[in-house]
Amino acid sequence: MPVRVTNKEPYQQAYYPPKPTGLTCYMRTSFIWQCFRFVAINVKMIKLMARSHH
Amino acid sequence: MSRIVIMGAGISGHTVARYLNTWVAKEHEIVVVSPNAKWNWIPSNIWVGVGQMTEEDVTFDLAQVYNRIGVDFRQAKGVSIHPEGDADGAAPYVTIEYTLPAKVGQQEKVAYDYLVNATGPKLNFGATPGLGPEVGHTVSVCTVSHALEANRKLQTVIETMRRGEPRTLVIGTGHGMCTCQGAAFEYIYNVDHVLREAGVRDKARIVWLSNEYELGDFGMGGFHIKRGGYITNGKTFAESLMVERDIEWITRAHVTKVEAGKIHYETLDGTFHELEFDFSMLIPPFAGVGLKGYDKTGADITSQMFAPNGLMRVDADYTPRPYLEWSANDWPNTYQTPGYRNIFSVGIAFAPPHLISRPMQSPNGTPINPAPPRTGMPSAAMAKAVAMSIRDMVNGADKPTHSASMAKMGAACVASTGSHIFRGTAVTMTVFPVVPDYEKYPEYGRDLELTFGEIGLAGHWMKSLLHYTFIYQAKMRPGWSLLPD
Repeated sequence: MPVRVTNKEPYQQAYYPPKPTGLTCYMRTSFIWQCFRFVAINVKMIKLMARSHH
Repeated sequence: MSRIVIMGAGISGHTVARYLNTWVAKEHEIVVVSPNAKWNWIPSNIWVGVGQMTEEDVTFDLAQVYNRIGVDFRQAKGVSIHPEGDADGAAPYVTIEYTLPAKVGQQEKVAYDYLVNATGPKLNFGATPGLGPEVGHTVSVCTVSHALEANRKLQTVIETMRRGEPRTLVIGTGHGMCTCQGAAFEYIYNVDHVLREAGVRDKARIVWLSNEYELGDFGMGGFHIKRGGYITNGKTFAESLMVERDIEWITRAHVTKVEAGKIHYETLDGTFHELEFDFSMLIPPFAGVGLKGYDKTGADITSQMFAPNGLMRVDADYTPRPYLEWSANDWPNTYQTPGYRNIFSVGIAFAPPHLISRPMQSPNGTPINPAPPRTGMPSAAMAKAVAMSIRDMVNGADKPTHSASMAKMGAACVASTGSHIFRGTAVTMTVFPVVPDYEKYPEYGRDLELTFGEIGLAGHWMKSLLHYTFIYQAKMRPGWSLLPD
């Protein structure tokens, strides 16, 4: 029987890392918010590419 | 007229070919040698591996494109390099062996004036007994055919779980010195996503197994980003996503062998462990494809031209030094080989001077540390720089004119964590520079204004866009040269 971590027991691996809240998870697939993020990501990538050319 | 021979037609080799064809093909000859008949957009193989893309979605026929643009394409693998010619003449050449069905096994000499070694990696499944799809017990997503088989096996496991039977899936790296953790990272989250969509996620134990010291290393020593009012190491975010998706993780692991249903591994503390599995995708370590070098007398000069791992030496500083003495300046700039001004090596085929991550060894002497990644964006950047240098050298420049050091360029990676136009997500990550430069950025080695990461649907749109954009560009459709590499 596979062992699944079903509760975050103290000192176990899954106890310490942060877990996103419901709002954070919602925003990740919120269509309107992600449209803004798509533009922001593209701007960041263009800046990166501009700095990378030699 | 010069002849430029490019060995390899992957992301790097095909990029060199595209640009040189545009710039110099009217006066000079371009020959591409590749054992594969098709070009493969490898970043999308993970979607083939979960059944969300087909072979046709991620490949196209190379001969069609090369015939259209007048490049001499030879479907063959490189066997040896003779940079000084031989007893019959001083003209340098390579020997190739055809993989084209009509000429399979035939060998041929191809003379060159300039040579680019872009042969990529040998998938070294043999480094770990029992690893790999051909003679082993694990699957792979490194090639299209491997990814197709991975999906077939995954679908069988899903059917089993639909009948109510629990299963254990292990995904990660299959050797202590692997690179390409990012591909495994994408695959594990896409498997998780597919299992949730299939309604069987509660029947699956999913385990990440890798050689990283900590999650989020990715072979580049990890990274820091500004987020939520803090400067945080990527480990925190990588672990967070594992916890969010109910995935366990084992790091600092070197897989020693794989038996049917059981992975044996050693961890950095020197202890040995076993992990039972029903389905496993483990990335193999990489090596050079096995090219040999011979001088004009026929003497073997392979060890001068290539590092022990078979990757080609270039203008890097290979002087052995302790970790704390490593420098960003150790990394190559022009990718020209020492000793032969007309030979270059790009992409995964060039030998890095050392790791990026800190070297680690178990008390048993087992190295357990990721090798440096050479992802798509840096590979294309160095390929374009080499193409520009060769263009200038055939027109009279006496040395390379362009550089593309991984210590002076950034990389953007978009790692899918589940594919769907409205429910999909991906991690979008940029790092600048790829190789940390602690002289320029003393605290974190990187520019924190250009190093960032986030998860979201926008990342999935980005990854999909990049899939179609880069395939369009690689097919050299109208306007392709206006698209960024």
